[in-house]
Amino acid sequence: MLSVKNIHANIDGREILKGINLDIKPGEVHAIMGPNGSGKSTLASVLAGRDEYEVTEGNVSFLGKDLLGLSTEDRAREGLFLAFQYPVEIPGVSTTNFIKAAVNEKRKYLGQEPLDAVSFLKMMKEKMALVEIDQRLLSRSINEGFSGGEKKRNEVFQMAMLEPKLAIMDETDSGLDIDALRIVAKGINKLRNPDRAVLLITHYQRLLDYIQPDYVHVLYNGRIVKSGTKELALELEEKGYDFITDEVDLTADQ
Amino acid sequence: MNDIAYFKDQFEQLQEADPKGTIAGLRQSGFDSFSKAGVPTFHDEDWKYTNVSSLFDKEYPIAGLSGVTLADVDAVRLPGSELANELVFVNGRFVAGLSNIRSGISDLIVLPLEVAATGAYKDLVAAQLDHSSNYLSDGIHALNTSFICGGVFIHVLKGKEPKHPVYFYHILDTRQHPSLAQPRSLVLVDESSRLQLTETYATLGPSDSFNNQVMEIVVKENAFVEYYKIQNDTANASQVNTTHIRQIGRSYVHTVTLTLNGAIVRNNMNLVLDANGNETHLYGLYLLKGKSHADNHTLIDNLKPNCFSNQLYKGIADDASTAVFNGRIMVQPDAQKTNAYQSNKNILLSDNATINTKPQLEIFADDVKCSHGCTVGQLDEEALFYLRARGIPKESAEVLLLEAFAADIVEQIKPEVLRSYVAKLIYEHLAIQ
Repeated sequence: MLSVKNIHANIDGREILKGINLDIKPGEVHAIMGPNGSGKSTLASVLAGRDEYEVTEGNVSFLGKDLLGLSTEDRAREGLFLAFQYPVEIPGVSTTNFIKAAVNEKRKYLGQEPLDAVSFLKMMKEKMALVEIDQRLLSRSINEGFSGGEKKRNEVFQMAMLEPKLAIMDETDSGLDIDALRIVAKGINKLRNPDRAVLLITHYQRLLDYIQPDYVHVLYNGRIVKSGTKELALELEEKGYDFITDEVDLTADQ
Repeated sequence: MNDIAYFKDQFEQLQEADPKGTIAGLRQSGFDSFSKAGVPTFHDEDWKYTNVSSLFDKEYPIAGLSGVTLADVDAVRLPGSELANELVFVNGRFVAGLSNIRSGISDLIVLPLEVAATGAYKDLVAAQLDHSSNYLSDGIHALNTSFICGGVFIHVLKGKEPKHPVYFYHILDTRQHPSLAQPRSLVLVDESSRLQLTETYATLGPSDSFNNQVMEIVVKENAFVEYYKIQNDTANASQVNTTHIRQIGRSYVHTVTLTLNGAIVRNNMNLVLDANGNETHLYGLYLLKGKSHADNHTLIDNLKPNCFSNQLYKGIADDASTAVFNGRIMVQPDAQKTNAYQSNKNILLSDNATINTKPQLEIFADDVKCSHGCTVGQLDEEALFYLRARGIPKESAEVLLLEAFAADIVEQIKPEVLRSYVAKLIYEHLAIQ
């Protein structure tokens, strides 16, 4: 589904990603972990198409298409979803209207008729129940005055509405207390299915207590330095990142 | 064009036709002021950013009979018109035959200004008309006064809340030649009454139009006024548009000025708070494209204690457009406990667009709360990316964000029919690249 080959990316002339390789198949959940500054969020941004990042080498194929050749909006309409680490507050734009526009833009792109008001409301209700989000939040402006947990829940709700093929969750656990984390994780779990892949980007292992990944990768200094199964995350939790980074730094020194 | 000599003939003709009474006297003093002041230039501080010389470099044949028909009026009617008192002005003069007064005379009286000035309202008109010249000493305002003719007087009677709002349609017919319209109106909103007034403008034809308008509104104790100005005229239409509102009894005034299109648009919004405890809300929104130039000058003169005023003007300047905001607040020595707030927020969308914004506070009392602020920024890139990351194309995302920026002003339009109409106008205006 997603095949990342030797991606190098710069911001302001500084190289952040130094050759990333990653393959994700439908239905799989991958976790990318790593210390601060290792390039985790840069990878998410590059995949979603943020302008400030310049890809200098490598390529990404998504469902057989050249992902890097697509605009941000086309990536989304092809089925890529980025749950933001810091969801943006947009006063004056109602969440419901925004989601309706997004859903219908995607349908248009796929050659489908726009949803009528009744079908849209029905879909909203279903997904609201699924991710346990309050109707009141959706009648407000996008994320305006939402708590950290509400913002993240809104991200998961949007994911539910847009039904992506690949969802990239950028530090979805950051800033959440344990109850909020549980609800958000529950929502993501309900959205797992054999056709949908999830890429979890996280600093901490605790999210993985709730969402069991199939694979765990450790990103350090712009490269994936270690890959394994969920046991790798537990090992990281126990020993800290040092046990890997020291090893990598040592190898580099030699 | 020698401005003064050019207008002198026309002025003298008008005076000869109607040489006596209050209005002729006002016209004379207006023309004297105009002769002295002339057309403002950028040397005048109040006209520093708005060059009106292009409005005076052409000849405007004197407003005569025009071929404006009911079909032309139909094209400019606002939503809700079937329930409104519709007053049609053609080239600045009230045309009763094209207008519809739906309120009964026990609620609302509409009279030609000349009739009001000689009949039962004689003393009132003499006392109130042209109070605005105390605040506006420039030649353009004086020019309007020099040519008072065909205006209207409106009286909302004491204790009445007419269920029919008042709509003014200003039609400028330039199908044969350029048009200069100088409408003048005086509105009295009596004690404990309520008025909702909306003005809109339409230039018909390819030549230039110049609407030099003055409206004076006198608001008495316990009255409530909503005033909406919708400026969405053609690219060859210019205006100097003065609204002079005096709250002479403790009352409430709420105004929204919307500017979408036009060549040179100058709005003077004057509020004279001449009673203890007045409340005033001024909102403005200008969304400029092409070469449009919009200049909003607001003035709040706090004369008495305990008045509250709030101003929020927001604007977007794209292409080679220019926006000016000048917000003047005066707090006179007696006006203790004044609360006056002002904010002007702008988005600049193009390297060739210009925004000039200036607060101007003159405070002569010591126990007041005044604040002002202005911002000029760009579209929020982070918000744009967020919308695009959900599959909304860049152009639509930009429109969504600009609409959102405008939304808190649109919300201030209280009547639902007008609010949804304006929201649609704005969407269409923003969506056309």
